[in-house]
Amino acid sequence: MTGDRGSITGTPGVEHKRGRLKSDQFSGLLLLALALYVGWQNRAYPIGTLSEPGPGYLPLLLVIFLGAMGLLVALWGARSAPLAAMKWTEATRAVIILGACGAATLGLERIGYRLTVIALLVFLLIVVERRRPLPVALVAFGFSLGSFYVVGDLLHVPLPRSPWGF
Amino acid sequence: MLGFSVALQPSILVYAFVGCLVGTLVGMMPGLGPLAGISLLLPATFGLNPIIAVVLLAGVYYGAMYGGSTTSILLRIPGEAASVMTCVDGYAMTQNGRAGPALAIAAIGSFIAGTLGVVGLMLLAPTLAEFALRFGPPEYTALLLMGLFILAYMSGGSMLKTLAMAGLGLILGMIGIDVMSGYTRFNFGVIELGDGVGIVPVAVGLFGVSEILLAAGGPAAQKVQQPKLRDLIPSREEFRLSVGPIARGSLLGFLIGIIPGSAHIISSFVSYGLERRLSRHPERFGKGAIEGVAGPESANNAAASGAFVPMLALGIPTSPVTAVMIAAIMVHGVLPGPMLIQQQPELFWGFVASMYVGNVVLLILNLPMVGLFVNLLRIPYSYLYPCILCFCILGTYSVANSLVDVWILLVMGGIGYVLRKFGYDLAPVALGLVLAPMLELSLRQSLAMSAGDYGIFVQRPIAAVMFALGAVLLLLALKPLVFKGKDWREQLM
Repeated sequence: MTGDRGSITGTPGVEHKRGRLKSDQFSGLLLLALALYVGWQNRAYPIGTLSEPGPGYLPLLLVIFLGAMGLLVALWGARSAPLAAMKWTEATRAVIILGACGAATLGLERIGYRLTVIALLVFLLIVVERRRPLPVALVAFGFSLGSFYVVGDLLHVPLPRSPWGF
Repeated sequence: MLGFSVALQPSILVYAFVGCLVGTLVGMMPGLGPLAGISLLLPATFGLNPIIAVVLLAGVYYGAMYGGSTTSILLRIPGEAASVMTCVDGYAMTQNGRAGPALAIAAIGSFIAGTLGVVGLMLLAPTLAEFALRFGPPEYTALLLMGLFILAYMSGGSMLKTLAMAGLGLILGMIGIDVMSGYTRFNFGVIELGDGVGIVPVAVGLFGVSEILLAAGGPAAQKVQQPKLRDLIPSREEFRLSVGPIARGSLLGFLIGIIPGSAHIISSFVSYGLERRLSRHPERFGKGAIEGVAGPESANNAAASGAFVPMLALGIPTSPVTAVMIAAIMVHGVLPGPMLIQQQPELFWGFVASMYVGNVVLLILNLPMVGLFVNLLRIPYSYLYPCILCFCILGTYSVANSLVDVWILLVMGGIGYVLRKFGYDLAPVALGLVLAPMLELSLRQSLAMSAGDYGIFVQRPIAAVMFALGAVLLLLALKPLVFKGKDWREQLM
């Protein structure tokens, strides 16, 4: 799959720049941006004094450290692989899997553990993995009911139930 | 004797067996390492007494170290990250028809190294705990920072990236209520984040979910060899060649295990490199040299024991796994650290003795039952990973019955996936997260003690020595970066 490449092929200028940008330069700059963002958020907390450091003191030191490391990774990143050469063959599938897990999380306390797990397994095995329905149904029901019995009933871990008690 | 009187109680033996069995199975499954296994069992330990809880979870940990070798040898798939090096010669031995001896030497080496590691733990932990009673906030600050520098030095990848990841983990550890001022930091209006970000969702997300996302769409399951019991016995020559690597791997693994970071992973890499350098026929490595199985497998098991030394003696985790175990013990009101051995001797010595028992259990489990366990590897990965994902969600949710934790798990899975694509080591993130509250408290207490004078860290001898050691390691790690030379890690490999 073409992953992130597909999103920018229509703009040759961007593609040219992206072709020159190295993977470590890109990731280092991302870390620097993250440090700047956290530093900006940290304005809300008092820094205090050296003898009485406040809640914003260590976060400030840490964003400076992270920003410096990000900058150094970017500066030393000229010899890393080009960003455009990175392969994201599994990215689409990874996004779908994460999305399915996100939907399952939304459903977990609404429809209960067992129904959520059945729905998640059926989606992943039939839609993503294209497996045959009968084995999928056996795995989904078996895993859902079995894991609920072991974790919920035997180990007494409270797991969410559906509004219908299932 | 106190330890064995505790460890040989029938209930403890049963839980040690269950832990080892679960650990072996977990270690064999790609994407479900010891951390995910421990996280899954963590909620189940809340109702148990602390000794049983720690015995069960430790059994999962070193069981996973054993189990990881099976998939490496038979399929060239490391069930656990520490078994990566075992893949090289272990799988080559399988192709040469020597899968049985490779599995046997891995199990015997793991048993010897695990047992020697426990002896080391027994001797070193009480001494270290006694020494640590002299530590005040400046010494703890120095110790934690030195740990991060050692982590950067030992890291197999880029030192800058490792330090950046440690910084990221420390920043994550800043989320939540500041214990000294009561301010809630970086919670973005999410009340549950007031307690901070838990180690379980972060670690399972970074290591478990990201592994699944990376492996998504990979090749289908391969055909698995099922070795018979009579095929397991190594030849006299294979035994002779394995003695040295097992001894060296045990010592090396234990020493590296004490150091923060992914010690069990690093130790197996270093052991493999060392054996290749010491071998009279280094050209055999990669083509089925039994030393390439014996050394790394012994090293990663000894490292698993070594990691318990700072955890029990200082209360400081050196890996995400020991961080989760500390959390498990603390749930029961037990605080690991220098006072543990004095205040809870039955827990400390019971745990140590249970590790001897666990190693015997694992040897019995791994040798005769390997043919049975191999059946697990016949399950196609396309069926396995959705179930592993469900386990990850289940384990994370059940720790605190919190959906926010599950969201953190998924976000961390996505972040871990991207970071791994860019070649970042994720262990420092988890470690930084755990060390952050301790570091912040000790740093601020130190500064309050010295009225804001950073000189306190060089005026106190223990702290000064630790800082000096950290600085030397940092400079050594920087050397290849500045002078573009080969560093020791490249020379070993």
